[in-house]
Amino acid sequence: MVLLSARDIHKKYDETEVLKGIDLDIEQGQVVALIGASGSGKTTFLRCINLLEEYHQGRIELEGESIGYSANGRRRKLGERQISAQRAKIGMVFQSFNLFPHMTAEANVMLGLTKVRGMSNAEAQERARHWLDRVGLADRRQHYPYQLSGGQQQRVAIARAVAMEPRLMLFDEVTSALDPELVAEVLAVMQDLAKSGMTMVVVSHEMLFVRDVATRVVFMDGGLVAQSGTPDEVLHNPQTERLRSFLGRFHGIFGPV
Amino acid sequence: MELERGTFLYEAWTARWSLLEGLMVTISSSVMTIIIGTVLGFAVGLVLTYGMLPFRILARLYVDIMRGIPVLVLILFTYYGLAILKIGVKPYWAGVIALSLFCISHVAENVRGAVQSIPQGQHEAGMAIGMRFFQRLRYIILPQAVRRALPPWVNTALEIVKGTTLLSVIGVVELLLANQQAIARNYMILQFYMAATIVYIIINFSIAQAAAALERRYAYLRY
Repeated sequence: MVLLSARDIHKKYDETEVLKGIDLDIEQGQVVALIGASGSGKTTFLRCINLLEEYHQGRIELEGESIGYSANGRRRKLGERQISAQRAKIGMVFQSFNLFPHMTAEANVMLGLTKVRGMSNAEAQERARHWLDRVGLADRRQHYPYQLSGGQQQRVAIARAVAMEPRLMLFDEVTSALDPELVAEVLAVMQDLAKSGMTMVVVSHEMLFVRDVATRVVFMDGGLVAQSGTPDEVLHNPQTERLRSFLGRFHGIFGPV
Repeated sequence: MELERGTFLYEAWTARWSLLEGLMVTISSSVMTIIIGTVLGFAVGLVLTYGMLPFRILARLYVDIMRGIPVLVLILFTYYGLAILKIGVKPYWAGVIALSLFCISHVAENVRGAVQSIPQGQHEAGMAIGMRFFQRLRYIILPQAVRRALPPWVNTALEIVKGTTLLSVIGVVELLLANQQAIARNYMILQFYMAATIVYIIINFSIAQAAAALERRYAYLRY
């Protein structure tokens, strides 16, 4: 079943067109890895999905519902109320964590549950505890972000997003800002989520993670999808010179031997 | 009271009620101005940051004009201006209005600076969990911004307390003018001005200390 479909997504910054017509269908339960050189449009496309970026042409649908723009007639941005409700169905984790620094880990997770989902405090607290437990931070509930390591902060951010029970999770280079020894704990949490059947779109440079966890790899180049397929197809049988040279940067782990 | 005539303490004791009254006028006009200025300044600051373009331009214009006019001119203008318009206002209230106009513009800039210093990522994190603009403002942005606006706000408050001395020119008997009136009777220029100075320092020092305590209270909010 197709969960998310993007058709012909174009985006410009002033004169520069950064997305030149992205087409992508994501099935329920898939883990899609977006790879590509910096400037290829991966992050921009990811941000278009939950409308952190506006795009100028094209359509994105989540379970058949047009996201961000009116489905029929002239292309028109939806109202704030509708867009917010749609965003609540799409979780997002950022490169720079973006935890709320004035709240404890638990309060960070609870905020969306009480204010957006309308849960009671007790209910929200129970769910926040469940998810903090799940990401291995049961003993850090009452800590403020500055008291946590980068890896712990990013796990709180994942708990905050997942606790909303989104239909789809977006991960935007979530390990890029972490010290190397903290990367593994975050990837482990993501792998755990993937196993539980969460549909995920992951922008990542962690090629080993991509190979092992992704069910589908999408190589983006110059604002277009250049190649897409299983990790085996894309990582071991690159069809273009660009992809070959991109993969060549990862210490010869991939590419034709 | 066994005080020798002609000493400062004797003269100060004789003038105690008018001095005390002056002090009360200074305090009440300061407090009034700071409250009005903070509440309205907060609103203007938000308009400066997030308002629709025409409102933002109006707010910008207001702030730039008010900050560009000397407070003394603002006070004279308000007092005589209102009189010319046949709006009868007591000097005290004309003073409070003028100082408030000034205070609003400063608080507005403090608030704008603080709000804009909160990283865009905070907004985005709120959007990503489906929060609407006013929810993000209420629960994410303002709690952080208020703490950042505190130090410049204290500065503004101190400026206001000192600014109340200017009300003497339109005949408001605040602390400074009360002292001047005492001096007119006994010519103890240095002593009374010194006494007034010390009182101003005490008031402002207290405000600064109270704010510092508040800052320490939120010192755990590091980034």
